[in-house]
Amino acid sequence: MTTESTLSRRGLMATATAAAGAFTLGFHVPLTRSAVAQGAAPAIPPEVNAWVVIRPDDTVVIRIARSEMGQGTLTGLAQLVAEELECDWAKVTTEYPTPGQNLARRRVWGNFSTGGSRGIRESQDYVRKGGAAARMMLVQAAATAWNVPAAECSAANSVITHTPTGRTTTYGRVAEAAGRLTPPENVPLKDPRAWKIAGKSVARLDTVEKTNGSQVYGMDLTLPGMLNAAVRACPIFGGKVRSFDAAAVQGMPGVKRVVPVGDNAVAVVADTWWRAKKALDALPIVWDEGPNANASSEAVAAWLKEGLDAPEAVVGNRAGDARAAITGAAKRIEAVYAYPHQNHACMEVMNATALWTADRCEVWTPTQNGEAALAATAAASGLPATQCDVHKIHLGGGFGRRGAVHDWVTQVVLIAKQMPGTPIKMIWSREEDMLQGRFHPVTQCKLVGGLDAQGNLVGLTMRISGQSIVAGTFPQNIRDGRDPVVFQGLNASGGEADIGYTIPNLLIDHAMRNPSVPPGFWRGVNLNQNAIYLECFIDELAHAAGKDPLAFRRALMTNHPKHLAVLNAVAERIGWGTPAPAGRFRGLAQTHGFGSYVAACAEVSVSNDGKLSIHRIVAATDCGHAVNPQQIEAQIEGSFVYGLGAALHQEITVKGGRVEQENFDTYPSLMLAEMPAVESIIITSGGFWGGVGEPTIAVAAPAVMNAIFAATGKRVRSLPLKHADLRRA
Amino acid sequence: MAKLNVNGRTIDVAVEDDTPLLWVLREQIGLTGTKYGCGVAACGACTVHVDGVAVRSCATPVSAFTEAQKIVTIEGLAPAGTQHPLQKAWVELDVPQCGFCQSGMLMAAAALLAQTPKPTEDQIRAEITNICRCGTYNRVLAGIKRAAEGGPATSG
Ligand code: FES
Ligand code: FES
Repeated sequence: MTTESTLSRRGLMATATAAAGAFTLGFHVPLTRSAVAQGAAPAIPPEVNAWVVIRPDDTVVIRIARSEMGQGTLTGLAQLVAEELECDWAKVTTEYPTPGQNLARRRVWGNFSTGGSRGIRESQDYVRKGGAAARMMLVQAAATAWNVPAAECSAANSVITHTPTGRTTTYGRVAEAAGRLTPPENVPLKDPRAWKIAGKSVARLDTVEKTNGSQVYGMDLTLPGMLNAAVRACPIFGGKVRSFDAAAVQGMPGVKRVVPVGDNAVAVVADTWWRAKKALDALPIVWDEGPNANASSEAVAAWLKEGLDAPEAVVGNRAGDARAAITGAAKRIEAVYAYPHQNHACMEVMNATALWTADRCEVWTPTQNGEAALAATAAASGLPATQCDVHKIHLGGGFGRRGAVHDWVTQVVLIAKQMPGTPIKMIWSREEDMLQGRFHPVTQCKLVGGLDAQGNLVGLTMRISGQSIVAGTFPQNIRDGRDPVVFQGLNASGGEADIGYTIPNLLIDHAMRNPSVPPGFWRGVNLNQNAIYLECFIDELAHAAGKDPLAFRRALMTNHPKHLAVLNAVAERIGWGTPAPAGRFRGLAQTHGFGSYVAACAEVSVSNDGKLSIHRIVAATDCGHAVNPQQIEAQIEGSFVYGLGAALHQEITVKGGRVEQENFDTYPSLMLAEMPAVESIIITSGGFWGGVGEPTIAVAAPAVMNAIFAATGKRVRSLPLKHADLRRA
Repeated sequence: MAKLNVNGRTIDVAVEDDTPLLWVLREQIGLTGTKYGCGVAACGACTVHVDGVAVRSCATPVSAFTEAQKIVTIEGLAPAGTQHPLQKAWVELDVPQCGFCQSGMLMAAAALLAQTPKPTEDQIRAEITNICRCGTYNRVLAGIKRAAEGGPATSG
């Protein structure tokens, strides 16, 4: 935790913030960089340690390494640091360190990656220790100044008190001295039961700006001398640019340059984005359509169907001999389910701003992983990472699109590199964002179950056929043909995403089939389809066994008390076993993912003409510890919007190698009119930390699909539901 | 060349006639609170008020407006230093998640309340057709109800 190497950078940021005025983040622009280099003396707020800066006026600046994309992690992490710091919550502000600073300080802030619902659970321990260490140093600094033992001093609300004499001082007064101390080695943490700031439903730190238009998103950024770029990549996956006729648009208003972007895209750079886009729309481009020009969703579906019975598959979970058990069973039930490609459709389209010079490249962008964005910047800029940096901006949605792959960062740097010294802001059109997604993987699943004469499940096979996200994003992580996350929610153990049923004879395997549509981590990842497949089929088995779906599940869950507890919680709250309101029907689902146990019960009705209404959903989450319950509720509600929008409406289809849906008119989202009432039950059983941004998505669709069966007698096994005729069977 | 009345100011903008109002607001006038979400009037992120009525500014060319029409953006929803009752409710309920849709959401809601000060839940559900990908709908609903209960809301 050395401070000296950062002092100049800290000053740099402070100066630039003052110069830029409009930004709350520490953007630094070249002007101020050279000013600092020439020896201007910036005001340096004392850094107690990497996580905590305390200004003389007692303002507490908490550094946040993970990204804020709406999920509330910024506030949650600040709560955890503030809790241990014993500071005045009203004086807390936050800032993002840059990935370049993290690199220069040997990753003092750890991982920047904000995905997999890991923002809080993966960093809670070391950020709390950061806050606790800072508090210990502040207390020590006060004790030293008073010449008393630190053990006689206590800290609360940013005030340090020497108990025997009643003397007090504030954090702001001792922060500078504290920052010069050697950090303590042994940093005990509070028992969460003693939390006063963490664990409470405090208001988010970033709300006001989001209600008056002053929050600056990547798309809103302006730098002096900046030009705007509109870009178009070959709409056929794997295709390239053969030629383009720059002269045809060169004279259009505002147009400055037409430039190639790698081998598969072209950009128009103009004074405004609208003019750049208009010229791009008019630009004649000839594509080399490449090897996937005939790809279609129909062909992919047929290929995946073949995979359902293919001899080769990678086993994810096995117990006993499932095939033999099913062969010997009194009753055999079989079903095939299918889940389509989907686009993340972040509300804010992909965008980034870059400034390239011969010795430095800076990027400003909304990203879920600043370090990955820095790596992409360095690779595209031709400069070492130490001569690059990335400035993170709050995201207008991420959902996984802005994490693993930074294709848009590569593009903006490739454009900026062709115009040295000029900041370039590149914004994708919505159409570009739809066509150039990193899509929810497409899979099908064949499930076969065997029931004995008493209706007990004696064997289950589950064959997943289809796309691997990891193969398409981090192929180096595929070992022996095995995608480590494809069995999310179906694992025998691990504590991250485990099956909640004990089935004596079980075989779950995956036949990988990777179509040309590039896959991505889509909020909820593989838990989404896996929970649909398993939870809907368990319902089918319960029905075939003539048993109540709750009772049937419970019988398989005695070894899975945490899974069972959330299921029981929703059943009890909704009044399972008592009649639903007239015309309404209920469906259940439960799963485990991202470290949390989740369950939902949906109450739906289906009109005579087949129109579905989702009235009410009760959802339970056991995330071990809850840092901000009202934000967990917001994530649960949001998960139903994301999950139900996907289940009801969303599918990406491919024809002639390209995506057919280009905007929200053909790729609808869930709307307010369709939104059910959501009641959240948050359980904090302790002993583990689970994520909350994603797991609930996975129970949204199966709970509703099982309720649809209860209402209509129809099993819908293919998504989205808009294709299904829901009139009563 | 166009003359616009935006948030009470008359502004000359030098721009092609077919430029959507959205991009004039964002790029010529520098009011970036109004967002681009789709460009085809399908999401509502770009909603502004024109003479008190919610308009999706991405799909209307600047030439369609005259100086006589009062355009209000999120930056002008409430007088400087004050909050519209909806903004107050939004803060109290922590409505925004990523926040990107919220300018449009608030402008749509403000226009609704200006028209129908005490909307029923069904009216709110039918009238607010903005997309929120983060899924803030239930808090949006609660926020509109709260603002409506707090007395007649005025559109900026
Ligand atoms: S940007 Fe105008 S409605 Fe979507
Ligand atoms: S708050 Fe993110 S899209 Fe609505």
